[in-house]
Order: sequence, then structure tokens, then C-alpha cells
Amino acid sequence: MARTPEPARSPSPGSAPGTLLTGADVARVIDRIAHQLIERAASVTAGRDAPAGDATGLSSLVLVGIPTRGAPLARRLAARIEAFSGITVDVGTVDITLYRDDLRLRGVRALESTVLPDGGIDDRLVVLVDDVLFSGRSVRAALDALRDLGRPHSVQLAVLVDRGHRELPIRADYVGKNVPTSRSQQVRVHLAETDGVDEVLVTEGESQ
Amino acid sequence: MTTHLIKGARPLGGDAVDILVEDGRIAAIGDSLAATGAEVVEAGGLIALPGLVDLHTHLREPGREDAETVETGSRAAALGGFTAVHAMANTDPVADTAGVVEQVWRLGQEAGLVDVVPVGAVTVGLKGERLAELGAMADSAARVRVFSDDGHCVSDPALMRRALEYVKAFDGVVAQHAEEPRLTVGAQMHEGDRSARLGLTGWPAAAEEAIIARDVLLAEHVGARLHLCHVSTAGSVEILRWAKSRGVQVTAEVTPHHLLLTDACAESYDPVFKVNPPLRTEADIEALRAGLADGTIDAVGTDHAPHAVEDKESEWAQARPGMLGLEQALSVVIETMVEPGRLDWAGVADRMSVRPAQIGRLAEHGRPIAPGEPANLVLLDPGTRATVDPAALASRSRNSPYAGRELPGRVVATFLRGIATVLDGKATR
Amino acid sequence: MKRHLLEAADLDRDDATLVLDTAAQIEQALAGREVKKLPTLRGRTVVNLFYEDSTRTRISFELAAKRLSADVINFSAKGSSVSKGESLKDTALTLEAMGADGVVVRHSASGAPHRLANWVRGSVVNAGDGTHEHPTQALLDAYTIRHRLGRLDGVRVTIVGDVLHSRVARSNVVLLQTLGAEVTLVAPPTLLPVGVGSWPAEVGYDLDAVLPKSDVVMMLRVQGERMNASFFPSAREYSRRYGLDARRMAALPDDAIVMHPGPMNRGMEIAAEVADSVRSTIVEQVANGVSVRMAVLYLLLGGAAQ
Repeated sequence: MARTPEPARSPSPGSAPGTLLTGADVARVIDRIAHQLIERAASVTAGRDAPAGDATGLSSLVLVGIPTRGAPLARRLAARIEAFSGITVDVGTVDITLYRDDLRLRGVRALESTVLPDGGIDDRLVVLVDDVLFSGRSVRAALDALRDLGRPHSVQLAVLVDRGHRELPIRADYVGKNVPTSRSQQVRVHLAETDGVDEVLVTEGESQ
Repeated sequence: MTTHLIKGARPLGGDAVDILVEDGRIAAIGDSLAATGAEVVEAGGLIALPGLVDLHTHLREPGREDAETVETGSRAAALGGFTAVHAMANTDPVADTAGVVEQVWRLGQEAGLVDVVPVGAVTVGLKGERLAELGAMADSAARVRVFSDDGHCVSDPALMRRALEYVKAFDGVVAQHAEEPRLTVGAQMHEGDRSARLGLTGWPAAAEEAIIARDVLLAEHVGARLHLCHVSTAGSVEILRWAKSRGVQVTAEVTPHHLLLTDACAESYDPVFKVNPPLRTEADIEALRAGLADGTIDAVGTDHAPHAVEDKESEWAQARPGMLGLEQALSVVIETMVEPGRLDWAGVADRMSVRPAQIGRLAEHGRPIAPGEPANLVLLDPGTRATVDPAALASRSRNSPYAGRELPGRVVATFLRGIATVLDGKATR
Repeated sequence: MKRHLLEAADLDRDDATLVLDTAAQIEQALAGREVKKLPTLRGRTVVNLFYEDSTRTRISFELAAKRLSADVINFSAKGSSVSKGESLKDTALTLEAMGADGVVVRHSASGAPHRLANWVRGSVVNAGDGTHEHPTQALLDAYTIRHRLGRLDGVRVTIVGDVLHSRVARSNVVLLQTLGAEVTLVAPPTLLPVGVGSWPAEVGYDLDAVLPKSDVVMMLRVQGERMNASFFPSAREYSRRYGLDARRMAALPDDAIVMHPGPMNRGMEIAAEVADSVRSTIVEQVANGVSVRMAVLYLLLGGAAQ
């Protein structure tokens, strides 16, 4: 008997069927990743020339969101890091549309912003931030884009949801929630900034 | 010679009768005619008209036999219901001598599908500088009566006056291509809203009307006959109406395409719609139809202008002007004049046979359908509608502006002096 | 978006806005980068088919295509089979056989790109056809106006000069109207086409009357040889009545800008001090041309082959 991934269960009582994360869950997950970033920033940048007075290594950190929803996630992470550590970290966005390998399959689409901190990303710890990690192709496109934008010291990946089905040797360094899904399911991340509400849903249907 | 018994045809749309054709003439008309040995043509209610006469055909031979020959053009004409066509002079060499017009005339006789009546050039080489030997062409075997520099305007007013006067000696007529050349330098299409938007140099209506106005005054002054080729504007119709009311001996033709198509066709930039004079506006079309209906415009002239593919499959500005017309002329007249009730079948016979024959001084064409008259006849089925397929045309060229368009009317049979040139809608030779 | 960009009317307001937004994002993505290149059109072939000399437009398209990693082939009339009399159709079939994904065509005959579009499978971009249109010029002009003034809706644009022979004017009238700007044409009546009344633009003959109500003045190039055909009596009279000099520029509202599609006739339609003033966007227009053309190529060629 073939095993199919179990449908995701409702995480908290009272939420709608198919809800993977509620608004409160999203906030908790972002807090956790923010803490992990603070810890890791120190170790990743240890031994490198950090600016005087920065023992945390956080001044080296740049959170780069992948639009659409990676961008607000990056900003929220930065806000939480600042709340926990008192240090303002740089935030940027990198639009990957012009680097995608599926334009011919899926057609052209409107571009979104690419904004980097004034100092650029050379020699810094870049953490790419996205909502869902699936095939890994978006991350690959983002890595290609970063290569044209500068030479970071290292690049890491933070995602809200990892739903599996990787098609490339890519993994996330920070994961909000691992969710086994079937390919036919859709994982939808809604954020207040873009959708008016924080939640993550799993629905049946053709993957987009 | 074959004797034909046409059963049940309706002359000019009247009652069905039988028509007996013998020795090139109509021998008898009546009910239930019989003739032993006659080839019977079941007309079954088809309309019978006198064979059509075109005042304005480009046959391209000699010179551009890749676009059309006298023979292929004659076949196209017969299939269109014509029994006589006037072959324009802008060949290579130009038909400006007795030798060239006789050559064209002879080629027409050899083809034997329609009477090919050569038009002589007004000026040597169509250059508009000095008169060609008009008298020699008139006296030649081709018996030229219509003279035209068509494709070019005889723009020099003094030269035009002399031409009008000179041809009176042999009852000739000058057919003017009315286009003031200084106003149409580089012109590509009708000058108006569309030319402004499409960025194609405009061909103003005034460039036609100015020459027509001048020439009717000249014709009046010298008491000569003037024919106007392809009038295309409402203003031209107005001037003609005025001139005729003064008794000026002026006649005019309109092309099928100017009765049907507008400058909107240029929006495709497909040069199949490039023609000189250009396609005009809806208002012009309306004036032309009204003018043809009331007789201000005397005739339909096809301005059949075959062009080789390479002269049309190009940029608009590089393409040569002109479009095919012989095989669809009658259909377009049915569509634009008969079906809307503006012309009855007698009117069609008048504008497409009787008057053009008179203008060209062709005694054996444009005659009544009556015993003793030459058996130049066309039988047509006006109700059948068909989509025009350029590949199916008899012309050697394919530049039909009606490609893909559904038009009414089918020529079933054409008789030239009693000989069937078309039977069952197919050329017999 | 339609498959081809043949004239400004091929773009509705959403399409035109998408092109401008995309150009802005591309400009932002490339700003300050060392590697000014994107992999987007890798493996795609763009042919620059130029039947008319126009170094600046050809270079702009070439740079745009190369920055998107397309393979670019320049096919100019000089020294090619084109000058040996090969027809446009035969050239089109050759390009088709070579597998061109996009053909950027410049031609002296109005409508040549429309003809080409019937004969090739790739996308055709009109880079100027006769006296018809030059849609990417209008797009870069609209982009420049939006960039400088922050909007297009309700912006009052005055286009001055040889409208009759100007493909730039035709494209701008259509595109700016699509984008909500108000266009006024000013020229001697001889240099306005019969039928201009049907255009979505005001028409006037008095430049001084219009300038105080203009947010943008776009000066068109006027060729001196026009006066030989009696379009105007002399260069001096043209310049006096329709040229933009410092005195006239002073009549403009404070934040109004001066545009010119180039190449300029300094001293004829535009005075040097105006061309070089802070109001002038002439250099910006050139730079913006590359971003806008990248956007057009991306939107036409980036997606699925058709």
C-alpha cells in the first residue's frame, strides 16, 4: 500500500480546516527564527573582522527577501531581531523573475523590486528569506541573482514552510515548519502586508 | 460555325425566352424555339445581358508577360462576361505607334476570347511632352479610337487641349487619368484621417478634381469628347454633373473597387489594396454609386491591373499600384448596385456594355438582344454567392482585392459573335 | 500583451503601464551593479534589421538585448543582401530560417514592420517605420516624463515641429493619450497632416500661447531641406516662430521639462542653452531608452515561444 503524506492537521483548536499555521503560529515561528539568526550570526561571523563594538555579528547580517512574500517576512524578522537584540539589521529584496528558468513554461510576469542596502552585500552574511520552500528553483534563481549583485561571505536560507519535493540540492538553514505534502496540494501563505491576514493554508488542487 | 439554342434565358431580367444563335448573330427570339443540330444551352432562368465591354484593361503584353498576356487577360475577361476590352497603352514598348497597337490587336484576334481593342498613347512614351501619332493608330488595323496616357496624367494643359482637338478628326476620345502630378508626389493613399495616422503620403481628392475641372472646361471650349478614367471622389461626380448639365461632351467611368472598398483597407499595409487613384472614403463610395445610378457616371471600367507577386509582396510604398478586376467586376456591380436596388438589369447592360461600347465607338458591341444583332451575350446566375479565391482566377496574376470576400453572381456562359467562350462557368479555350 | 509591438495602439493602458513599471524595476535591479547583465533571454536570438541608418536606436536595442543575454545579430542594409535588391519578404524568410525569436526593424517605408509580422513567427518590434510610428521612443518618452514629474495622468504635453513627417509624434500622441496625458500639437499648418483633427490631441499654431500651460515641451527635429519644398520659408523664420530659446523656456511653468528625441538641430528647433539646461531631459531619454527596450524585449520574448 502506497503511503501518501498525511494531510496537515489543524495546529490549534478553532481554526479552519486546512489551516497549517494561524496568525499566532506565524508570529511564534518568526520569533523563533529571529532568535536562531541572532545565535548563528555570531558563530558564522566569528573570527572575521566585525566592526568595533559589534560582538553579535549582526551588523554583518543582511536579510534579503524574495518577493512577493519573502519581502515582508524579511522585514518582520529584522523587526524581531531588533526587538530582541536592540540591533538594526539591514534588509533588502531581490526579484528573481529575470533569473527564472521557467519563463518559457509559465510566461512572463510583472517584475518586483530589487533593493539592497547601501553598502551592498560584499563579504556579508546574506540570509535569503522566502515563504515556501518547494522545488528549490526559486532559491537557485535567487542565488544566481546574488552572484550578479556581489560576493557575500556566505549565504543562508530561511523559510516559513518547507513542504518537500526538492528538485535541486538545496536545503534551508532556518525552517518555520516542515510540512509533508503531496504534489497535488497547494501551500498558501497569507501575510497581513500582502493579504490582510497572517495564516498558512494547505488546499487540495493543482500545484501552481 | 456552331448553332446555339439558349433555352429559357431572361434578357435584361425580363421573361424567359429561347434565343437562337446562328452565324454569329441572334437569329430568333421566342418561346419554345427548336433547331435541328443546334447545341442546346439550358439557361433555366439565367439573366441574359449583352456582352460586357471594358474601357480600361491592362493586359501587360508586350513587356510584362509574367504578369499577364493578351491571352490570359482575354480569358479572365471572358470569364467575367466581357466580349470586348480596351487594352491600355502603358506596355513596354508603349502602345504609341501603329506597330504596337496592331501587334496587340492581332494577339487579341489570335486568342479569340474577346475583342481586344487597343488604346493608343496620347503622348510619345507616355512622357506628356509631345503627341504620339494618333492618326496613324486610328488608321491602323486596330482602328484606335480611345487614346490615353493612363497611369500618367496629361498634365500639361496646352498639350491636353491639342490632344482633345486633334482626335476630333477621327471621332476619337481622350481618356484622361486625372491626377495633378505636383499634388501627388510620393502619394500612397487617399489623404485624410487614415493617411495621417498610417504615415502614408496622402493623395488628395483635389488632385483628381482639379484636373477634371480643367479638362471639362477645355473639352467645352474646343468642342471635343473627353472621357475620364476611374473617377474616385464625390467632388469629381459633382463636377461631372455640372459639366453634363452644360452639355459638355464628357463621359466617365468608375472602377468596381472604388464602388466597394474604402481607404480602411490600407490599415493592413497590404499593397494588394494599393491602387491609383487610391481607395477613398465611405462618402465617396456613396457619391460614386449615386452617380453611376443616375448616369452621371456612364460606365464601369475595371482598371484590371495585374502585377507579379514580387511587385505586390513588399512594403506598401515599394509596391506597384493596381488590382485585378475583370473576373469580379460584374459581381461587385451586383453587390453594390443591383442588390441594393440602385440599378436594374437594363441599367447594368447600359453601364457595362451599351455606353462603354458607344464611348469606344464599337459598332458590334453593346447592342440590344434582338434578332439580327451580333450574338455577343453573357448568361449569368445572379443569386449564387461564392468566396473569391485568387488561386482559381484565370488571370496570370493574383492581386485580387476581393480575396476571401464573398460576392454574388456567377457568369455561366459568354458568347462572342455566337462562339461560346465560356460554358458552365469555364473557359472553352 | 500582443505578440508584436508595431504601433503604440498595440498597447492598452495596462500593457503600457506594465512596460514602464518593468523598465523601472529593471533599472533599479541594475543600478550600481558591476555585472549589468541578466540571464533572462539566454539562448534567444534578436535580429536588428536596420534598413535606415540609425546608430543611436540600433545601439540602444543592441545593448538592451545583450543586457538580457540574448544573442544579437545586426543586419543592416549596407553591405548585405538587402542592398543587392533582396526583397523584405525574402529577408524575412531568411531570418525565419535562422530562428530569430525577435526582429527589431527600422525601415523607411511606413508599415514595413506590419508586413514583416505576417512573414515571421518571432516577435516584431518596430524601431521606426517611415513617417508612421516609433513606439519604443514614445515609451521611453513616457517613462522619462513619469520619472521626472511623477505621473502621466493629466500631464500637459506640447509637441512642437514637423508633426507631418514625424513617427515620434504619431506614437507619442497615441501612447500619451492612452496613459492619460493631454497632448497639444504646435506646428506651422504645412507640417501638420490633413486629418490631424481626428487625433486625440489639441492643435495650435502659436507656441507662445501654449508654453505657459505646458508641463512638458517635446521639440521635434526639423530637417532644413523641408524649406525647399515650401513647408516654411526659411530656417530663420521657422526658428523665430517655432524654435525653443531661453526667452520662450522662461515662459514655462517652474517644473516643466524640455524633451527632444534627437538628433537635435541646435539653433534650429532648439537653442543650445535650452538643450543644455537643467530642464532638458535629452541625455536621460537616451539612458531610459535602454531600460524601456529591455522591458519590451523581456515582455515580448521572455515567455513561452508562440
